[in-house]
Amino acid sequence: MRDVAIIGIGMTRFGELWESSIRDLCVEAALACFNDAGIDRLDSITIGSMSSGLFTGQEHLASLVPDYLGRRNVPAVRVESACASGGQAVRTAFLEVASGMSDVVLAIGIEKMTDVSGGEATYALATAADQDYEAFHGVTFPGLYAMMARAHMERFGTTRDQLAQVAVKNHENGSHNPHAQFPFTVTRKQVINSVMIADPLTLLDCSPITDGAAAVLVAPAEMARELQRGPLTVITGIGHATDTISIAHRADLLHLDAIELASSRALGMAGKTIEDIDFAEVHDCFTIAEILVLESMGVVPAGQGGPATLDGLTALDGDFPVNPSGGLKSKGHPVGATGVAQICEAVTQLRGAAGDRQIPNARIALTQNMGGSGGSSVVHIVEAR
Amino acid sequence: MQVPRFWREIPRYYRLEAAACVQCDAIHFPPRKICPSCGANAFETVRLSGRGALTTFTIIRTPPSGFTDQAPYAVGIVELDEGVRLMAQITDCDVDTLKTGDRMIAKFRRIREEGRTGVIMYGYKFVPDVGV
Repeated sequence: MRDVAIIGIGMTRFGELWESSIRDLCVEAALACFNDAGIDRLDSITIGSMSSGLFTGQEHLASLVPDYLGRRNVPAVRVESACASGGQAVRTAFLEVASGMSDVVLAIGIEKMTDVSGGEATYALATAADQDYEAFHGVTFPGLYAMMARAHMERFGTTRDQLAQVAVKNHENGSHNPHAQFPFTVTRKQVINSVMIADPLTLLDCSPITDGAAAVLVAPAEMARELQRGPLTVITGIGHATDTISIAHRADLLHLDAIELASSRALGMAGKTIEDIDFAEVHDCFTIAEILVLESMGVVPAGQGGPATLDGLTALDGDFPVNPSGGLKSKGHPVGATGVAQICEAVTQLRGAAGDRQIPNARIALTQNMGGSGGSSVVHIVEAR
Repeated sequence: MQVPRFWREIPRYYRLEAAACVQCDAIHFPPRKICPSCGANAFETVRLSGRGALTTFTIIRTPPSGFTDQAPYAVGIVELDEGVRLMAQITDCDVDTLKTGDRMIAKFRRIREEGRTGVIMYGYKFVPDVGV
Protein backbone atom coordinates (compact mmCIF):
# COMPACT_ATOMS: atom_id res chain seq x y z
CA MET A 1 0.00 0.00 0.00
CA ARG A 2 1.11 3.56 -0.69
CA ASP A 3 1.46 6.11 2.11
CA VAL A 4 -1.50 8.50 2.03
CA ALA A 5 -1.36 12.18 2.99
CA ILE A 6 -4.06 14.75 3.60
CA ILE A 7 -3.30 17.65 1.28
CA GLY A 8 -6.35 19.80 1.89
CA ILE A 9 -9.15 20.40 4.39
CA GLY A 10 -12.31 22.48 4.21
CA MET A 11 -15.43 23.02 6.27
CA THR A 12 -18.61 25.04 6.23
CA ARG A 13 -19.73 26.75 9.38
CA PHE A 14 -21.77 24.32 11.48
CA GLY A 15 -25.23 25.42 12.60
CA GLU A 16 -28.80 25.99 11.51
CA LEU A 17 -27.98 27.14 8.00
CA TRP A 18 -31.44 27.99 6.65
CA GLU A 19 -30.09 29.62 3.49
CA SER A 20 -27.96 26.63 2.41
CA SER A 21 -29.15 23.47 0.68
CA ILE A 22 -27.43 20.10 0.78
CA ARG A 23 -25.71 20.84 -2.55
CA ASP A 24 -24.64 24.31 -1.40
CA LEU A 25 -22.98 22.84 1.68
CA CYS A 26 -21.11 20.14 -0.25
CA VAL A 27 -19.81 22.66 -2.76
CA GLU A 28 -18.77 25.17 -0.09
CA ALA A 29 -16.76 22.58 1.86
CA ALA A 30 -15.16 21.18 -1.30
CA LEU A 31 -14.19 24.64 -2.58
CA ALA A 32 -12.58 25.48 0.76
CA CYS A 33 -10.73 22.18 0.56
CA PHE A 34 -9.43 22.77 -2.99
CA ASN A 35 -8.33 26.29 -2.05
CA ASP A 36 -6.49 24.88 0.96
CA ALA A 37 -4.76 22.20 -1.13
CA GLY A 38 -3.91 24.61 -3.93
CA ILE A 39 -4.46 22.03 -6.63
CA ASP A 40 -7.14 21.55 -9.22
CA ARG A 41 -7.04 17.85 -9.84
CA LEU A 42 -9.64 15.27 -8.82
CA ASP A 43 -9.75 11.57 -9.67
CA SER A 44 -12.57 10.35 -7.44
CA ILE A 45 -15.06 11.42 -4.75
CA THR A 46 -16.35 9.61 -1.66
CA ILE A 47 -19.36 11.02 0.18
CA GLY A 48 -20.43 10.18 3.72
CA SER A 49 -24.06 10.88 4.60
CA MET A 50 -26.19 9.09 7.13
CA SER A 51 -29.64 9.79 5.72
CA SER A 52 -29.85 12.51 3.10
CA GLY A 53 -33.09 10.87 1.98
CA LEU A 54 -34.92 11.19 5.29
CA PHE A 55 -33.42 14.60 6.10
CA THR A 56 -33.86 16.25 2.70
CA GLY A 57 -35.50 13.76 0.31
CA GLN A 58 -32.32 13.75 -1.78
CA GLU A 59 -30.56 10.46 -2.47
CA HIS A 60 -28.04 9.86 -5.26
CA LEU A 61 -25.46 12.24 -3.86
CA ALA A 62 -22.97 10.33 -6.01
CA SER A 63 -24.38 12.22 -9.00
CA LEU A 64 -25.44 15.48 -7.35
CA VAL A 65 -22.07 16.24 -5.75
CA PRO A 66 -19.76 15.84 -8.76
CA ASP A 67 -22.36 17.60 -10.92
CA TYR A 68 -22.46 20.72 -8.74
CA LEU A 69 -18.70 20.66 -8.20
CA GLY A 70 -18.40 21.11 -11.95
CA ARG A 71 -16.79 17.66 -12.14
CA ARG A 72 -19.29 15.69 -14.22
CA ASN A 73 -17.94 12.28 -15.19
CA VAL A 74 -15.69 11.94 -12.12
CA PRO A 75 -16.48 8.67 -10.28
CA ALA A 76 -18.23 9.16 -6.95
CA VAL A 77 -19.69 6.86 -4.32
CA ARG A 78 -21.73 7.46 -1.18
CA VAL A 79 -20.91 5.35 1.85
CA GLU A 80 -23.12 4.98 4.91
CA SER A 81 -22.49 3.79 8.43
CA ALA A 82 -24.93 6.00 10.36
CA CYS A 83 -23.04 8.68 12.34
CA ALA A 84 -19.73 7.07 11.27
CA SER A 85 -20.44 7.75 7.58
CA GLY A 86 -17.90 10.58 7.48
CA GLY A 87 -15.11 8.41 8.87
CA GLN A 88 -16.14 5.77 6.41
CA ALA A 89 -15.82 8.27 3.53
CA VAL A 90 -12.25 9.11 4.58
CA ARG A 91 -11.42 5.43 4.95
CA THR A 92 -12.80 4.69 1.48
CA ALA A 93 -10.79 7.59 -0.01
CA PHE A 94 -7.69 6.31 1.80
CA LEU A 95 -8.18 2.83 0.32
CA GLU A 96 -8.53 4.22 -3.20
CA VAL A 97 -5.26 6.11 -2.91
CA ALA A 98 -3.35 3.47 -0.94
CA SER A 99 -4.28 0.81 -3.47
CA GLY A 100 -3.09 2.91 -6.41
CA MET A 101 -6.56 3.02 -7.93
CA SER A 102 -6.72 6.82 -7.71
CA ASP A 103 -4.27 9.60 -6.89
CA VAL A 104 -6.33 12.58 -5.70
CA VAL A 105 -9.56 11.73 -3.90
CA LEU A 106 -12.02 14.08 -2.21
CA ALA A 107 -13.85 12.77 0.85
CA ILE A 108 -16.93 14.82 1.75
CA GLY A 109 -19.10 14.41 4.82
CA ILE A 110 -22.52 16.04 4.73
CA GLU A 111 -25.76 16.26 6.66
CA LYS A 112 -28.48 18.83 6.15
CA MET A 113 -30.72 18.18 9.16
CA THR A 114 -32.93 21.25 9.62
CA ASP A 115 -35.13 20.81 6.55
CA VAL A 116 -37.31 18.53 8.73
CA SER A 117 -38.95 19.14 12.12
CA GLY A 118 -37.30 18.12 15.39
CA GLY A 119 -39.56 15.07 15.72
CA GLU A 120 -38.77 13.96 12.17
CA ALA A 121 -35.04 14.47 12.77
CA THR A 122 -35.29 12.42 15.98
CA TYR A 123 -37.04 9.70 13.97
CA ALA A 124 -34.42 9.84 11.20
CA LEU A 125 -31.58 9.52 13.74
CA ALA A 126 -33.33 6.58 15.40
CA THR A 127 -33.14 4.67 12.10
CA ALA A 128 -29.52 4.00 13.09
CA ALA A 129 -30.94 1.75 15.84
CA ASP A 130 -32.64 -1.62 15.32
CA GLN A 131 -35.91 -0.58 13.65
CA ASP A 132 -37.93 -3.64 14.67
CA TYR A 133 -36.60 -4.23 18.18
CA GLU A 134 -35.43 -0.84 19.50
CA ALA A 135 -37.01 2.04 17.57
CA PHE A 136 -40.32 0.10 17.40
CA HIS A 137 -40.69 0.70 21.14
CA GLY A 138 -40.24 4.46 20.86
CA VAL A 139 -36.66 4.68 22.04
CA THR A 140 -34.59 7.62 20.80
CA PHE A 141 -30.81 8.05 20.54
CA PRO A 142 -30.68 10.13 23.70
CA GLY A 143 -32.71 7.29 25.24
CA LEU A 144 -30.20 4.60 24.27
CA TYR A 145 -27.26 6.58 25.68
CA ALA A 146 -29.33 7.49 28.73
CA MET A 147 -29.70 3.77 29.50
CA MET A 148 -25.93 3.42 29.28
CA ALA A 149 -25.49 6.51 31.47
CA ARG A 150 -27.78 5.14 34.17
CA ALA A 151 -25.96 1.81 34.15
CA HIS A 152 -22.59 3.61 34.35
CA MET A 153 -23.74 5.72 37.28
CA GLU A 154 -25.08 2.70 39.14
CA ARG A 155 -22.11 0.38 38.49
CA PHE A 156 -19.22 2.84 38.85
CA GLY A 157 -20.70 5.68 40.87
CA THR A 158 -20.28 8.14 38.01
CA THR A 159 -21.90 11.42 39.03
CA ARG A 160 -24.02 14.01 37.26
CA ASP A 161 -21.18 16.51 37.84
CA GLN A 162 -18.72 14.23 36.05
CA LEU A 163 -21.02 13.83 33.04
CA ALA A 164 -21.69 17.56 32.94
CA GLN A 165 -17.97 18.31 32.96
CA VAL A 166 -17.67 16.71 29.51
CA ALA A 167 -20.07 19.35 28.18
CA VAL A 168 -18.37 22.16 30.13
CA LYS A 169 -14.94 21.19 28.77
CA ASN A 170 -16.10 20.78 25.17
CA HIS A 171 -18.00 24.07 25.14
CA GLU A 172 -14.90 25.79 26.57
CA ASN A 173 -12.87 24.36 23.66
CA GLY A 174 -15.58 25.14 21.12
CA SER A 175 -15.70 28.76 22.22
CA HIS A 176 -12.35 29.12 20.38
CA ASN A 177 -13.60 27.45 17.17
CA PRO A 178 -15.00 29.80 14.48
CA HIS A 179 -16.85 26.88 12.85
CA ALA A 180 -18.72 25.89 16.03
CA GLN A 181 -22.51 25.93 16.20
CA PHE A 182 -22.58 26.74 19.92
CA PRO A 183 -19.36 28.64 20.71
CA PHE A 184 -20.47 29.61 24.21
CA THR A 185 -19.37 28.30 27.56
CA VAL A 186 -21.66 26.51 30.02
CA THR A 187 -21.41 25.62 33.70
CA ARG A 188 -22.01 22.22 35.25
CA LYS A 189 -25.05 23.66 36.99
CA GLN A 190 -26.49 24.86 33.68
CA VAL A 191 -25.96 21.42 32.13
CA ILE A 192 -27.59 19.58 35.02
CA ASN A 193 -30.51 22.02 35.24
CA SER A 194 -31.26 22.16 31.52
CA VAL A 195 -34.45 20.48 30.30
CA MET A 196 -34.59 16.70 30.73
CA ILE A 197 -34.51 14.81 27.42
CA ALA A 198 -34.14 11.17 28.53
CA ASP A 199 -33.34 10.62 32.20
CA PRO A 200 -30.60 11.13 33.32
CA LEU A 201 -29.49 13.07 30.21
CA THR A 202 -30.50 16.70 29.80
CA LEU A 203 -30.50 18.94 26.73
CA LEU A 204 -26.92 20.08 27.39
CA ASP A 205 -25.74 16.45 27.64
CA CYS A 206 -26.78 16.04 24.00
CA SER A 207 -25.10 17.14 20.78
CA PRO A 208 -27.33 19.34 18.65
CA ILE A 209 -29.11 18.94 15.32
CA THR A 210 -26.83 20.62 12.81
CA ASP A 211 -26.36 21.47 9.15
CA GLY A 212 -22.83 21.28 7.81
CA ALA A 213 -20.29 19.72 5.52
CA ALA A 214 -16.59 18.95 5.77
CA ALA A 215 -14.11 17.78 3.16
CA VAL A 216 -10.57 16.45 2.97
CA LEU A 217 -8.41 15.82 -0.05
CA VAL A 218 -6.09 12.82 0.10
CA ALA A 219 -3.22 11.92 -2.20
CA PRO A 220 -0.07 9.77 -2.20
CA ALA A 221 2.44 11.07 0.35
CA GLU A 222 5.11 11.45 -2.33
CA MET A 223 2.83 13.73 -4.34
CA ALA A 224 2.11 15.73 -1.17
CA ARG A 225 5.85 16.18 -0.59
CA GLU A 226 6.21 17.70 -4.05
CA LEU A 227 3.37 20.13 -3.36
CA GLN A 228 5.23 21.33 -0.22
CA ARG A 229 2.45 23.35 1.37
CA GLY A 230 3.00 23.34 5.11
CA PRO A 231 3.77 20.28 7.22
CA LEU A 232 3.02 16.89 5.74
CA THR A 233 0.04 15.19 7.44
CA VAL A 234 -0.12 11.46 6.85
CA ILE A 235 -2.84 8.93 7.69
CA THR A 236 -0.69 6.25 9.33
CA GLY A 237 -3.43 4.07 10.80
CA ILE A 238 -7.05 3.18 10.17
CA GLY A 239 -9.15 0.87 12.29
CA HIS A 240 -12.71 -0.10 11.67
CA ALA A 241 -14.94 -2.48 13.59
CA THR A 242 -18.58 -3.31 14.16
CA ASP A 243 -20.77 -4.55 17.02
CA THR A 244 -24.38 -5.59 17.58
CA ILE A 245 -26.95 -3.08 16.39
CA SER A 246 -29.07 -3.58 19.55
CA ILE A 247 -27.49 -2.48 22.80
CA ALA A 248 -29.45 -5.19 24.65
CA HIS A 249 -27.32 -7.79 22.85
CA ARG A 250 -23.94 -6.49 24.05
CA ALA A 251 -22.02 -8.73 26.44
CA ASP A 252 -21.30 -5.61 28.50
CA LEU A 253 -23.49 -2.57 27.94
CA LEU A 254 -20.67 -0.32 29.15
CA HIS A 255 -17.84 -1.61 27.00
CA LEU A 256 -17.99 -0.58 23.35
CA ASP A 257 -16.24 -3.45 21.54
CA ALA A 258 -16.26 -1.68 18.17
CA ILE A 259 -14.38 1.27 19.69
CA GLU A 260 -11.80 -0.90 21.44
CA LEU A 261 -11.18 -2.91 18.26
CA ALA A 262 -11.16 0.06 15.87
CA SER A 263 -8.69 1.99 18.03
CA SER A 264 -6.40 -0.99 18.67
CA ARG A 265 -6.37 -1.83 14.95
CA ALA A 266 -5.58 1.78 14.00
CA LEU A 267 -2.84 2.07 16.62
CA GLY A 268 -1.41 -1.29 15.57
CA MET A 269 -1.29 -0.24 11.92
CA ALA A 270 0.47 3.00 12.88
CA GLY A 271 2.86 1.17 15.22
CA LYS A 272 1.73 3.29 18.15
CA THR A 273 0.14 2.84 21.56
CA ILE A 274 -2.53 5.04 23.12
CA GLU A 275 0.22 6.68 25.24
CA ASP A 276 1.81 8.01 22.04
CA ILE A 277 -1.30 10.02 21.13
CA ASP A 278 -0.98 13.79 21.66
CA PHE A 279 -4.72 14.50 21.44
CA ALA A 280 -7.95 12.92 20.26
CA GLU A 281 -11.15 13.99 18.57
CA VAL A 282 -13.81 11.54 19.77
CA HIS A 283 -17.50 10.98 19.16
CA ASP A 284 -19.15 12.84 22.07
CA CYS A 285 -22.69 12.67 20.71
CA PHE A 286 -23.68 12.61 24.39
CA THR A 287 -21.59 13.37 27.47
CA ILE A 288 -21.67 9.71 28.52
CA ALA A 289 -20.41 8.71 25.05
CA GLU A 290 -17.10 10.53 25.55
CA ILE A 291 -16.62 8.73 28.87
CA LEU A 292 -17.46 5.33 27.36
CA VAL A 293 -15.09 5.96 24.44
CA LEU A 294 -12.20 6.94 26.75
CA GLU A 295 -12.71 3.75 28.74
CA SER A 296 -13.22 1.49 25.72
CA MET A 297 -10.04 2.82 24.05
CA GLY A 298 -8.07 2.18 27.24
CA VAL A 299 -7.21 5.83 27.92
CA VAL A 300 -8.50 5.18 31.45
CA PRO A 301 -9.69 1.97 33.17
CA ALA A 302 -13.40 1.11 33.11
CA GLY A 303 -15.31 3.38 35.46
CA GLN A 304 -12.59 6.05 35.63
CA GLY A 305 -13.76 8.22 32.71
CA GLY A 306 -15.92 10.43 34.91
CA PRO A 307 -13.37 11.18 37.66
CA ALA A 308 -10.59 11.64 35.06
CA THR A 309 -12.70 14.20 33.19
CA LEU A 310 -13.44 16.10 36.39
CA ASP A 311 -9.71 16.03 37.23
CA GLY A 312 -8.86 17.69 33.91
CA LEU A 313 -7.14 14.77 32.13
CA THR A 314 -8.99 15.56 28.87
CA ALA A 315 -8.90 19.38 29.08
CA LEU A 316 -7.00 21.39 26.49
CA ASP A 317 -4.06 21.64 28.91
CA GLY A 318 -4.51 18.13 30.32
CA ASP A 319 -2.31 15.08 29.74
CA PHE A 320 -4.71 13.66 27.11
CA PRO A 321 -6.65 16.51 25.47
CA VAL A 322 -9.94 15.34 23.96
CA ASN A 323 -12.07 17.27 21.49
CA PRO A 324 -10.06 20.49 21.17
CA SER A 325 -12.53 21.46 18.41
CA GLY A 326 -15.38 21.52 20.91
CA GLY A 327 -16.47 18.07 19.79
CA LEU A 328 -19.92 17.19 18.57
CA LYS A 329 -21.27 18.85 21.69
CA SER A 330 -20.24 22.44 20.95
CA LYS A 331 -19.02 22.37 17.35
CA GLY A 332 -22.25 20.63 16.25
CA HIS A 333 -23.06 17.22 14.82
CA PRO A 334 -24.18 17.13 11.20
CA VAL A 335 -23.98 13.36 11.45
CA GLY A 336 -22.44 12.43 8.08
CA ALA A 337 -20.01 15.36 8.27
CA THR A 338 -18.70 14.65 11.75
CA GLY A 339 -16.08 12.01 10.91
CA VAL A 340 -14.57 14.23 8.22
CA ALA A 341 -14.68 17.31 10.45
CA GLN A 342 -12.71 15.37 13.08
CA ILE A 343 -9.94 14.85 10.51
CA CYS A 344 -10.08 18.57 9.63
CA GLU A 345 -9.47 19.42 13.30
CA ALA A 346 -6.64 16.88 13.53
CA VAL A 347 -4.88 18.43 10.51
CA THR A 348 -5.48 21.98 11.78
CA GLN A 349 -3.84 21.07 15.10
CA LEU A 350 -0.96 19.22 13.43
CA ARG A 351 -0.30 22.29 11.27
CA GLY A 352 -0.20 24.44 14.42
CA ALA A 353 -3.03 26.53 13.00
CA ALA A 354 -5.67 26.06 15.71
CA GLY A 355 -5.29 29.51 17.30
CA ASP A 356 -6.54 29.80 20.87
CA ARG A 357 -7.36 26.09 21.03
CA GLN A 358 -3.92 24.96 19.76
CA ILE A 359 -2.34 22.04 21.57
CA PRO A 360 1.41 22.77 21.82
CA ASN A 361 3.70 20.46 19.83
CA ALA A 362 0.88 18.24 18.59
CA ARG A 363 2.40 15.56 16.34
CA ILE A 364 0.12 12.50 16.54
CA ALA A 365 -3.69 12.72 16.48
CA LEU A 366 -6.40 10.10 16.90
CA THR A 367 -9.92 10.58 15.58
CA GLN A 368 -12.75 8.26 16.63
CA ASN A 369 -16.06 8.31 14.78
CA MET A 370 -18.99 6.17 15.98
CA GLY A 371 -22.10 4.87 14.27
CA GLY A 372 -25.36 4.60 16.19
CA SER A 373 -25.00 3.38 19.75
CA GLY A 374 -21.57 1.89 18.97
CA GLY A 375 -22.63 -0.57 16.28
CA SER A 376 -19.78 0.68 14.11
CA SER A 377 -16.68 2.79 14.57
CA VAL A 378 -13.85 4.15 12.45
CA VAL A 379 -10.59 5.37 14.00
CA HIS A 380 -7.85 7.27 12.16
CA ILE A 381 -4.32 8.06 13.27
CA VAL A 382 -2.95 11.19 11.60
CA GLU A 383 0.68 12.22 12.03
CA ALA A 384 2.72 15.31 11.16
CA ARG A 385 5.89 14.42 9.32
CA MET B 1 -46.21 1.65 6.89
CA GLN B 2 -47.44 -1.26 4.79
CA VAL B 3 -49.15 -3.99 6.84
CA PRO B 4 -46.69 -6.80 5.96
CA ARG B 5 -43.78 -5.03 7.60
CA PHE B 6 -45.58 -5.22 10.93
CA TRP B 7 -47.49 -8.46 10.26
CA ARG B 8 -44.38 -10.56 9.63
CA GLU B 9 -43.07 -9.73 13.13
CA ILE B 10 -46.25 -10.87 14.89
CA PRO B 11 -44.78 -14.18 16.16
CA ARG B 12 -42.15 -12.16 18.01
CA TYR B 13 -44.31 -9.17 18.98
CA TYR B 14 -47.36 -11.17 20.17
CA ARG B 15 -45.88 -14.45 21.40
CA LEU B 16 -42.21 -13.70 22.17
CA GLU B 17 -41.04 -16.49 19.88
CA ALA B 18 -37.27 -16.93 20.05
CA ALA B 19 -34.73 -19.26 18.44
CA ALA B 20 -32.88 -21.83 20.55
CA CYS B 21 -29.67 -23.08 18.93
CA VAL B 22 -29.75 -26.88 18.72
CA GLN B 23 -25.94 -27.03 18.98
CA CYS B 24 -25.09 -24.68 21.89
CA ASP B 25 -28.52 -24.02 23.46
CA ALA B 26 -28.09 -20.23 23.20
CA ILE B 27 -31.45 -18.47 22.91
CA HIS B 28 -31.76 -15.54 20.50
CA PHE B 29 -34.46 -12.90 20.41
CA PRO B 30 -35.25 -11.89 17.77
CA PRO B 31 -34.56 -15.25 16.13
CA ARG B 32 -31.53 -15.57 13.89
CA LYS B 33 -30.54 -17.89 11.08
CA ILE B 34 -26.88 -18.08 12.15
CA CYS B 35 -25.90 -18.53 15.79
CA PRO B 36 -23.41 -15.79 16.75
CA SER B 37 -22.25 -17.95 19.67
CA CYS B 38 -21.28 -21.14 17.78
CA GLY B 39 -21.97 -20.57 14.07
CA ALA B 40 -24.62 -23.29 13.81
CA ASN B 41 -27.68 -22.72 11.66
CA ALA B 42 -30.30 -25.05 13.13
CA PHE B 43 -32.75 -23.74 15.69
CA GLU B 44 -35.90 -24.69 17.56
CA THR B 45 -38.61 -22.12 18.14
CA VAL B 46 -39.19 -21.48 21.85
CA ARG B 47 -41.43 -19.02 23.66
CA LEU B 48 -39.81 -16.71 26.18
CA SER B 49 -41.10 -16.58 29.75
CA GLY B 50 -41.50 -12.80 29.71
CA ARG B 51 -40.32 -12.72 33.34
CA GLY B 52 -37.13 -11.04 34.39
CA ALA B 53 -35.43 -8.06 36.01
CA LEU B 54 -34.94 -4.47 34.87
CA THR B 55 -31.24 -3.85 34.13
CA THR B 56 -31.40 -0.21 33.04
CA PHE B 57 -34.01 2.25 31.80
CA THR B 58 -34.72 5.81 30.80
CA ILE B 59 -37.75 8.05 30.57
CA ILE B 60 -38.29 9.43 27.07
CA ARG B 61 -39.43 13.04 27.36
CA THR B 62 -38.61 14.10 23.77
CA PRO B 63 -40.18 11.37 21.63
CA PRO B 64 -39.73 10.60 17.95
CA SER B 65 -42.58 11.20 15.52
CA GLY B 66 -45.19 8.48 16.05
CA PHE B 67 -44.88 8.55 19.86
CA THR B 68 -45.65 12.19 20.66
CA ASP B 69 -48.99 11.33 22.27
CA GLN B 70 -47.35 8.93 24.75
CA ALA B 71 -44.48 10.94 26.29
CA PRO B 72 -43.21 10.80 28.91
CA TYR B 73 -42.79 7.02 28.85
CA ALA B 74 -40.20 4.61 30.22
CA VAL B 75 -38.08 2.33 28.04
CA GLY B 76 -35.75 -0.22 29.56
CA ILE B 77 -33.75 -3.39 29.07
CA VAL B 78 -35.09 -6.45 30.92
CA GLU B 79 -32.96 -9.54 31.39
CA LEU B 80 -35.32 -12.49 31.35
CA ASP B 81 -34.78 -15.44 33.69
CA GLU B 82 -33.56 -17.52 30.72
CA GLY B 83 -30.79 -14.95 30.13
CA VAL B 84 -32.24 -13.18 27.09
CA ARG B 85 -32.27 -9.36 27.17
CA LEU B 86 -35.11 -7.36 25.57
CA MET B 87 -35.74 -3.68 25.15
CA ALA B 88 -39.31 -2.49 25.57
CA GLN B 89 -41.49 0.13 27.18
CA ILE B 90 -42.31 -0.20 30.87
CA THR B 91 -45.87 0.70 31.59
CA ASP B 92 -48.73 0.46 34.11
CA CYS B 93 -46.60 2.06 36.81
CA ASP B 94 -45.37 5.40 38.14
CA VAL B 95 -42.19 5.79 36.07
CA ASP B 96 -40.63 7.97 38.77
CA THR B 97 -40.55 5.04 41.20
CA LEU B 98 -38.83 2.56 38.84
CA LYS B 99 -35.54 1.06 40.03
CA THR B 100 -33.04 -1.22 38.33
CA GLY B 101 -33.46 -4.75 39.65
CA ASP B 102 -37.26 -4.43 39.73
CA ARG B 103 -39.00 -7.64 38.68
CA MET B 104 -40.87 -7.31 35.37
CA ILE B 105 -43.34 -9.33 33.35
CA ALA B 106 -44.13 -8.90 29.64
CA LYS B 107 -47.72 -8.03 28.74
CA PHE B 108 -49.57 -7.63 25.46
CA ARG B 109 -50.14 -3.95 24.82
CA ARG B 110 -50.81 -1.45 22.06
CA ILE B 111 -47.48 0.04 20.91
CA ARG B 112 -48.71 2.84 18.66
CA GLU B 113 -51.11 3.64 15.87
CA GLU B 114 -50.62 5.44 12.61
CA GLY B 115 -53.31 8.09 12.62
CA ARG B 116 -57.02 7.41 12.23
CA THR B 117 -56.81 5.01 9.31
CA GLY B 118 -53.33 3.46 9.58
CA VAL B 119 -51.95 0.32 11.15
CA ILE B 120 -52.49 -0.22 14.88
CA MET B 121 -49.40 -1.94 16.19
CA TYR B 122 -49.46 -4.25 19.19
CA GLY B 123 -46.64 -5.99 20.97
CA TYR B 124 -45.00 -6.56 24.34
CA LYS B 125 -44.40 -4.05 27.09
CA PHE B 126 -43.14 -4.77 30.57
CA VAL B 127 -45.07 -4.07 33.74
CA PRO B 128 -43.83 -4.43 37.32
CA ASP B 129 -44.30 -8.06 38.44
CA VAL B 130 -45.77 -7.46 41.87
CA GLY B 131 -46.77 -11.13 42.27
CA VAL B 132 -43.18 -12.36 42.80
